[in-house]
Amino acid sequence: MIDSPVDNTTQRAAGSAVVVGRAGLQTLVDVLATRGYTVLGPTVRDGAIIHSKITSLDDLPQGWGDTQEAGRYRLRRRGDDALFGFASGAQSAKPTLYPTSVMLGRRSRNGNGAPTSVGTPPADAGESGDGASAGPYALLGVRSCDLHAIGIHDWVLGGRPDAGPDPDYERRRRDLFLVAVTCGDPSGTCFCASMGTGPRPDRGYDLALTELLDDQTHQFLLEPGSPLGANVLAQLPGRPAEDADLAAAHQVAQSAAGRMGRTLDTDGLREILYSAVNSLVWEDIAARCLACENCTMVCPTCFCTSIDDTTDLTGTTTERRRVWDSCFSSAFSGVHGRSIRTTVASRYRQWMTHKLASWIDQFGTSGCVGCGRCITWCPASIDLTAEAANLRAERNGANGAQASRALRRTT
Amino acid sequence: MTETTALPSFAVWKFASCDGCQLTLLNCEDELLALAGKIHIAYFPEATRAVAEGPYDVSLVEGSVTTPEDAERIQRVRAVSRRLVTIGACATSGGIQALRNFAAVEEFRSLVYANPTYVATLERSTPISAHVTVDFELRGCPIDAGQLVEVIAAYLHGRRPRVPSYSVCVECKRRGTVCVDVAHGIPCLGPVTQAGCGAICPAHARGCYGCFGPQDSTNTGSLAHRLRLLGMSEQDMVRVFRTYNAAAEPFRRESTRLEEVSTP
Repeated sequence: MIDSPVDNTTQRAAGSAVVVGRAGLQTLVDVLATRGYTVLGPTVRDGAIIHSKITSLDDLPQGWGDTQEAGRYRLRRRGDDALFGFASGAQSAKPTLYPTSVMLGRRSRNGNGAPTSVGTPPADAGESGDGASAGPYALLGVRSCDLHAIGIHDWVLGGRPDAGPDPDYERRRRDLFLVAVTCGDPSGTCFCASMGTGPRPDRGYDLALTELLDDQTHQFLLEPGSPLGANVLAQLPGRPAEDADLAAAHQVAQSAAGRMGRTLDTDGLREILYSAVNSLVWEDIAARCLACENCTMVCPTCFCTSIDDTTDLTGTTTERRRVWDSCFSSAFSGVHGRSIRTTVASRYRQWMTHKLASWIDQFGTSGCVGCGRCITWCPASIDLTAEAANLRAERNGANGAQASRALRRTT
Repeated sequence: MTETTALPSFAVWKFASCDGCQLTLLNCEDELLALAGKIHIAYFPEATRAVAEGPYDVSLVEGSVTTPEDAERIQRVRAVSRRLVTIGACATSGGIQALRNFAAVEEFRSLVYANPTYVATLERSTPISAHVTVDFELRGCPIDAGQLVEVIAAYLHGRRPRVPSYSVCVECKRRGTVCVDVAHGIPCLGPVTQAGCGAICPAHARGCYGCFGPQDSTNTGSLAHRLRLLGMSEQDMVRVFRTYNAAAEPFRRESTRLEEVSTP
């Protein structure tokens, strides 16, 4: 579990780090494939950065960046040859490690109605939506925010003492090879620096990559984070990293940390949310919220699912699947045929309070890693950081424009 | 035939509609044989001329009520049906023909028909649920074959159909489609529309047309604000809310509101 903030201020020692060129990075992809991994990396598809299967550096989004604001995502040409010059993609590692639909079991019965077989989930029962074949996967280009989200899921799904591991997650996670990347160009909705989760990967990876690009050179600093990572690194053609390389990587992260498009003041935020049960801000949000569930679907830590039991027409086979669900749907809080959270205001309050407050009590960290996806991909442009600021201002009795908007609306 | 009479009997009825939804039943090619072994199609003029007397265990009703005769006929259908399931946008919300609800039918009649005296029609196109008790409504224009099989399987085995009421956005995310609205600025009704189609249109870089009607927590006003930001006029918005589910209440209310604000 990752529970301490990233230290972006301390420059690291060179140690076992290696610097490779483009050929060396291609060798990394080849070595991982040779070792049996399906390599998933960032690609451009349908106007966005999507993780999908790659075999060559040519598959990566060379020269692409992005512009992200509340409710808006656009790719843009960077004017350089950067391979990782963009911020959070359309999805995190969640669809790979925690697929949208996973078969939990299948049962059949014979003509007498007795169960004849208890099916076990096939090796690749889940549809990860990334179009790739079965794992094991190597994920190339995982940002620090998403790395921390994996750390959270390692605790929530991977075996906290009171719950035990989720077998499907555990299998996918155990086999995963993680190549993290230092974020060099955060977007307008990024705020990992506020959450202490980036932009420099600090742990939980096999290899950490920092792209070092200037007018003369295009190199990649690779730092091992696990024995397996060091083992892979030993196969790559490169030179030992020097202090200047480490300083350059440090500068990439420092610069990115200073260009976050959003901030979230987490000081006392849990208490603010706990005392905001009857806040007018929720009604103001509900007037805009579409309850479309996009925020929860793109959130790298939202893990709520429902269980779908189906029978076929003949009634001889039943199937149980675990599918992504969301606290924004009316049916999600359905108990005995009725929904407990009938208003969208109560659902948004539930989501935000869990994410930023009760998550801390439940799992030991905030549920937010500052990736900004819930802001970017909200068609109603609802901004979690702005709403948190509204709640804070309301609590402080401030009369700022944002805070009083909710109050004015009801008076 | 003794072996068929023991099977649950199904009847398929047509009201004002295009037949597309009941043809979905015949398009269930992978399931047709299994279906034929499990249910007895007692009345289905589109598929067979054979007619078995009611009552029927399950009636699938397609189409809306638009004539005085149909308003009476649906009562008789209900009376001979143990369960009544409406299929498609016409039957569940009134269909595209509910556009008449926003205008004067008398004007259409005189313009369309040479001798309108013989045309008996109601002022409004109404869903089946406006006339009789409906056990389950299956949305869509047309309905989804997989959902139809699910509803039939559910009734065969005495369980509730698993038909979600959340938005199309969930289906886009599940299949990995990039949001056409956020990433491309394409106007899309997905956030206010019920899932069921599998999010076909966004997968082909089109906005959702709202074929499955309103999702369970619809905020059409917020979506209209969004569509305005994406460049749509109020008149255009009236048109996108007035298609196959024009008379579904959240869509009807929104298009009426937009019409009022766009009319000086």
